[in-house]
Amino acid sequence: MAKMNVDFEACKGCALCTTACPKKIVEISHEKLNAKGYYTAVCIDDDACIACAMCALMCPDCAITIIPDGGEK
Amino acid sequence: MERNLMKGNEALAEAAIRAGCKCFFGYPITPQTEISAYMAKRMPKVGGVFLQAESEIAAINMVYGCASSGVRCMTSSSSPGISLKSEGVSYMAGSDLPCVIVNVMRGGPGLGGIQPSQSDYWQATRALGHGDFQILVFAPSTVQEMADLMGRAFDEADKYRMPAMILADGLLGQMMEPVTFKVDEIQHHDASEKPWATNGHGNKRRHNIVNSLYLQAEELERLNFERFERYETVKKELHEAELYKTEDADIVVAAYGSVARLAKAAVDRAREAGIKAGLVRPVTLWPFPVQEVREACRNAKRVLCVEMSMGQMIDDVKLALDCRIPVEFYGRTGGVVPKPTAIFEQIKLLSEKEAE
Amino acid sequence: MPEFKKPNALTDVPFHYCPGCTHGIVHRLVAEVIDEMGIEGETIGVCPVGCSVMAYDYFSCDMIEAAHGRAPAVATGVKRGNPDKFVFTYQGDGDLAAIGTAETVHAATRGENITVIFINNTTYGMTGGQMAPTTLPGQVTQTTPYGRNPDVEGFPVRVCEMVSTLSGVALAERVTVTDPANIRKAKAAIRKGFEFQKNKQGFSLIEVLSTCPTNWGLSPVEAIKWLKDNMVPYYPLGVFKEGAIR
Repeated sequence: MAKMNVDFEACKGCALCTTACPKKIVEISHEKLNAKGYYTAVCIDDDACIACAMCALMCPDCAITIIPDGGEK
Repeated sequence: MERNLMKGNEALAEAAIRAGCKCFFGYPITPQTEISAYMAKRMPKVGGVFLQAESEIAAINMVYGCASSGVRCMTSSSSPGISLKSEGVSYMAGSDLPCVIVNVMRGGPGLGGIQPSQSDYWQATRALGHGDFQILVFAPSTVQEMADLMGRAFDEADKYRMPAMILADGLLGQMMEPVTFKVDEIQHHDASEKPWATNGHGNKRRHNIVNSLYLQAEELERLNFERFERYETVKKELHEAELYKTEDADIVVAAYGSVARLAKAAVDRAREAGIKAGLVRPVTLWPFPVQEVREACRNAKRVLCVEMSMGQMIDDVKLALDCRIPVEFYGRTGGVVPKPTAIFEQIKLLSEKEAE
Repeated sequence: MPEFKKPNALTDVPFHYCPGCTHGIVHRLVAEVIDEMGIEGETIGVCPVGCSVMAYDYFSCDMIEAAHGRAPAVATGVKRGNPDKFVFTYQGDGDLAAIGTAETVHAATRGENITVIFINNTTYGMTGGQMAPTTLPGQVTQTTPYGRNPDVEGFPVRVCEMVSTLSGVALAERVTVTDPANIRKAKAAIRKGFEFQKNKQGFSLIEVLSTCPTNWGLSPVEAIKWLKDNMVPYYPLGVFKEGAIR
């Protein structure tokens, strides 16, 4: 299981990552605003994530970290 | 020590190289072109860099970059070109960078002329660019001094982390005189002497930033306060003037640069005519040698300021004397050089006025 | 597969750019190249005046803030005094192709061993969206409220095409960052530029077609589409000149 880790405070909710995901599992969550006042990106299905890092490649704020094994070493 | 017969511009260039100037960035303009030509010939022979930029603006910004990296570097120009460089000088002052800028002044305003002038005094000492700042200004009067002050300008610029200017004129630049260089060997100055330099951190320190942008008003104010505190130190430590026959002088002539040479001849002639005349010649224009001017005018009844301008240094002379002694002015402008006889006539006139 | 994270050549300071502004992507690509070449300690970056004016806070290498348009001259000064160090400039379209045209062209024609990262987003972003030298014909900006009229405001400058005529240029390449495939190409171009510099083979300029969602009045996703539909046809992607000059 890979893990897309979004830095909640660094994300500006631009949604460019959502366009890059080949699995269409990245969305802008409308649950909670961060300190800057943005709704942020989330991965809605960690199991489906293939750690391709397209979302991170597209992120203008270096807010996304991809951990291929989900941090469970 | 070898004596060499050299043009002022060439002596200045050679002195810069010996002072460890590694890079020269210039743009052609009369009457300082000999500096560039000399650098173009000498720099490649001593492992230095001569680069003719696409404009004065580019040249001063190359100096900005080079000085940021901790390398001793300089540029030279003449009045209209200095106006173009003024933006870059402001950035250097705002980033606390040392460098040397030579202005071989010519007549202005505008394109003006190519004959000698001193009409950039205000520009050099008051407003060489926008913002609250000062630069060091040295005014040589002989070819020997062109060489001596060049080396000193580099040292003082490094010491106080601020730009320094050699303010000369076409007369000094073009004249030939014997000159002896203080150092035989080319001095070496390593960037490691400058821990603030942006020359690559080598993974040994945090990154250095050379910058003059501060969007928080309080922060910019604090930096300006700090800089002006440094200027106060400079004022205490760096002020110089030559006093000539001023001890008993009734009439003191104040003049700098090449005009001071002519004024000296006029003072001698006045002495022969029985007039107690003397001369005070500021060597540093910023900081202005206030104490020296006061000392020179201790017994003076009148002061005569002579300049190749409509009267610019006269402001500083009056300020130094707190307007306690009348300060008269004689000047020629637009590239016209005053004659010693004309200066003598002015001294005589003042002496007669005083006798009335 | 390795972890994907912020490159070391970027500091921890968060970018001040608007949401979706592609400056952040290009910053990261430059930093990744610096990391991969292991040259952070030997690199000096020069920032422009414009939106990326504060890039000196973002890169972990030594940084210099230049006056508007003068970055190539400043970089020249650094490089001539330190020929073995890496020097790059990061400039926008107003900085590079309007006020700094002379510095750009002459650094290029001298074959100055520096790498210029040129962000073309057809607008003066920092001052609020005025016409840039690269604003497209018909494009509405604050200072072309009826659209850029070539009869009045003239035509946009195609920088890569222009500098590719100069003998000092080792690399003139136009890329974009609209999607992962183009982002990879952009990074490869930046790497090429730094390699030319490493081998002292001449001036390299990488033009990156970028977005300015805020001043274009579009969402970040719409802005990417606008770029593809309008900018790419006018500013074709590709290599305009490539090859060592010395």
